[in-house]
Amino acid sequence: MTDIIVSILLIAGAAFMLLAAIGILRLPDLPTRMHASTKAGAMGAMFIMGGVAFFFLDSIVFARAFAIVVFILITSPIAAHVIGRAGYFTGTTLWDGTVKDELRENYDAETHKLSSGYEGSPESVTPPPESESPEDR
Amino acid sequence: MIPFVINIVYFMLSLALLFAFIRLTRGPSLPDRVVALELVASIVVGYVGVHAIDTGVSSLLDVAIVIALTAFLAAIGFARFLERGGRRND
Repeated sequence: MTDIIVSILLIAGAAFMLLAAIGILRLPDLPTRMHASTKAGAMGAMFIMGGVAFFFLDSIVFARAFAIVVFILITSPIAAHVIGRAGYFTGTTLWDGTVKDELRENYDAETHKLSSGYEGSPESVTPPPESESPEDR
Repeated sequence: MIPFVINIVYFMLSLALLFAFIRLTRGPSLPDRVVALELVASIVVGYVGVHAIDTGVSSLLDVAIVIALTAFLAAIGFARFLERGGRRND
């Protein structure tokens, strides 16, 4: 019984990692590649660690595998966010078929200020920005 | 059953490693390479886990923890380097 659970978890984890690798190879630009690699890669590593925990059936091994899973779960989105942000600001070209890039018009890459695009319009609730101090970036 | 499954999983992970390595060498910009490098580290964590099952040495999981930690720090460092405007050599 344990063998079956371990086998299923290992195969599922390896399949997710293979999907992540195929995605990173085939997809056209940086955000889509990150979309494939981050989520599916973290999921694959977590499945394999679950398989390890079920194979050994030991409390210490379970604690270690759980620590790895929690660590991957916390750090993988942070790393993806930081790389994606850096890639966007360094001017990575998006795919030709990209439909919408809402950040491009409303974000000032120099001051890192995000505007809603509705400042000063009648629907605006907040008053338009008067003067920005460089501290509150 | 387990040794057969482990062979299949080794094969699949090796294929994934190959694909990520192709993107690492070909990737048009530096962020692409960083993403591929992060995926390689993630695959290696899986590899270490499968190897721990294969050999029955549970201490190998510590190696997986260290690899995950260094991969995270490398990603953060590369992103800082990119955003501060380091030398780009795509």
